[in-house]
Amino acid sequence: MSFEWEWFPKLAEGLPLTLQITFSCIAIGIVLGVLLALGRVYGPRFLRGICIVYIQFFRGTPLLVQLFIVYNGLPNLGITLTALQSGILALGLNTAAYQAEYFRGAIQAVRGGQMLAARSLGMSLPQAIRYAILPQAFRLVLPAWSNEFILMLKYSSIVFTVTLLDLMGKAKRLSARDSRSFEVFLVAALFYLVLVFVATMLLRLLENRVRIPGLGAPSQHR
Amino acid sequence: MLLRVEDIHKQYGKDKVLCGVSFTMNKGETKVIIGPSGTGKSTLLRCINRLTPADQGRVWLDDEELTHTRTNINKIRAEIGFVFQSFNLFAHLTALGNVRIGPMKVKRMNKKDATTLAMEELERVGLSDKAGAYPAELSGGQQQRVSIARALAMFPKLILFDEPTSALDPELIGEVLEVMVSLAKEGMTMLVVTHEMGFARAVADEIIFMENGVIVEQGPPKQMFTNAKHQRTGEFLNKISELYGETG
Amino acid sequence: MSSRGGAPIQYIVRLGPYIPNLLRATVINIELLIGLIAVGYVFGTLVALLQVYGGRALCTVARIYEWIFRSIPALVLIFLFYFGPPRFGVNVTGFTAAMFALGFRSSAYQSQIFRGAIQSVPTGQMMAARSMGMSRIRAIFTIILPQAFRLSIPGWTNEFSSVIKDTTLAYAAGFNEVLRTARIVYDTDMTLAMAVLVFVALIFMVLTLLGNAAMGFVERRFRIPGLEVPGHEKARQMSLGSSGRGRG
Repeated sequence: MSFEWEWFPKLAEGLPLTLQITFSCIAIGIVLGVLLALGRVYGPRFLRGICIVYIQFFRGTPLLVQLFIVYNGLPNLGITLTALQSGILALGLNTAAYQAEYFRGAIQAVRGGQMLAARSLGMSLPQAIRYAILPQAFRLVLPAWSNEFILMLKYSSIVFTVTLLDLMGKAKRLSARDSRSFEVFLVAALFYLVLVFVATMLLRLLENRVRIPGLGAPSQHR
Repeated sequence: MLLRVEDIHKQYGKDKVLCGVSFTMNKGETKVIIGPSGTGKSTLLRCINRLTPADQGRVWLDDEELTHTRTNINKIRAEIGFVFQSFNLFAHLTALGNVRIGPMKVKRMNKKDATTLAMEELERVGLSDKAGAYPAELSGGQQQRVSIARALAMFPKLILFDEPTSALDPELIGEVLEVMVSLAKEGMTMLVVTHEMGFARAVADEIIFMENGVIVEQGPPKQMFTNAKHQRTGEFLNKISELYGETG
Repeated sequence: MSSRGGAPIQYIVRLGPYIPNLLRATVINIELLIGLIAVGYVFGTLVALLQVYGGRALCTVARIYEWIFRSIPALVLIFLFYFGPPRFGVNVTGFTAAMFALGFRSSAYQSQIFRGAIQSVPTGQMMAARSMGMSRIRAIFTIILPQAFRLSIPGWTNEFSSVIKDTTLAYAAGFNEVLRTARIVYDTDMTLAMAVLVFVALIFMVLTLLGNAAMGFVERRFRIPGLEVPGHEKARQMSLGSSGRGRG
């Protein structure tokens, strides 16, 4: 086996895209996930139904199929997105469905008395959700959410299938021109190991910072 | 007349919990509701500030009808304090945060004033040194005192207490009752569901005895304890005094 | 009818000729699923046993193994298993590469399922077995593992529904699994892309449902009263059925 030092900077060129896609889809996922969770818990029946159908579809089908639907399928309906837009959108819609379920679980784990207490102070329902329920749900959901972040970091690698040159795309391109494909992917694997390690550490730091006594179990993921 | 409750009915499925309850309260009065468990005392309290909607009947606070659908119930609730059996302090906020969130978010008070106010109320319940502690770091008695401070910070016209000491270990009951006694003496209007007969004797202007969803009898403590009109009232008071003693 | 292809029924008619191919390809995904679960089961159990009973050094090795296979994206693993063996003179097909790549990765997750199950068997069980004169090894195999196996079934249901979706990642290994077959269909006729992809999505929803039903059957078949994962039943009733998270 032999390696080239120049592979490192070449693969590193893909890092910004990998990070951009990860952060963007997580952001979409949080906003949409919270809305879906609220819709599922507090919404009227028809809205609850819509949320459930959405969540079931995106959790029941492969992410790669979803990506192709957005990138190759939507043009059939007259919606054409760039590869980057497709990647961010597909990953974002997907993680939203999972995050919605985590948030839903967390919202329901906040004890019912908290809602009563908030309403007894004269808070409206939206106020009670915003000031009493959500701040607690966010903390309860943090470990699951950290996990989700790591998963999306790894899943972002699928965007190379729609021609994007993220870390994975760069590795694929490099390996096509070099007979040492195995070694190239070993280096790519090393990049992902470091990325995941750093992300895990930072997320753990975040969890410790926002931890409040009596709210949620201490972080448990590796 | 501060509070007028008229003919409240409430039914859960086939279970009739309240079957026409009426009474009134004047400003500065303390009334204690007693009765066997499952007779709708807690439900009655919740029907008053509509945390649980009543099926039938009306409630007025200062001549404003709370039970009217057009009434802004959030505004009314801000004027009625509620102290829960299980405290229900917001778990993500410190003692200080719990007390000032009402003034800040419901009354739109600025943070500085709300903090000053909250510190005063914590002082009033003897917990200013615990302002920075989270609920999980406080004893049950301390949590309940914070929740009383949380109610006080809204300058309520009336505070409803739903068995405030029932979830507490015996040695922690005293500190909560002490706060409640001093509130009563300061002239706060309080409606209290409790089994603490010592408290009732000491500060209640009137005791209301409920059973099976109706008020059986009401009157000043002296009369109720020594000269109850109904046999059931006397029996219950004797039993409860034996069980809970008369401390407090 | 729009210029872009018309009513859904027309799509179904045009999709018709390709359906047998797509279903045949789905069988390849199912074979891949079975293969990778088997690989994952064997190595997962091994890693779990090493972690629980293996002593310090082996435990550390097992943990590093888990960490590596959890941290590298599946696609990178698939390419490593595809390009790696030829470097050492062993030729592999895309299918084998994908099966082992996804299988080893699955083993890193299955080991945790099994480890958790072993550790949730009460310690008294081991003591009781030893007190009967069983050796440690015998106690592990006749007392602990049978219980752990039952406790780990819910975890495996989840694992199954997670990896079944990730079998499409074998798309990258270049053999004709269902997604690549779909791709070939719409590469020849781009107007069919949406129809064929939605069809593939539906296949997976059906597979997930069938798989959950099958695992539910297994769970009931091996159920022993009193030997259940705490909270599992409740969690299952509240959630929308198992849709295990893919791992990327």
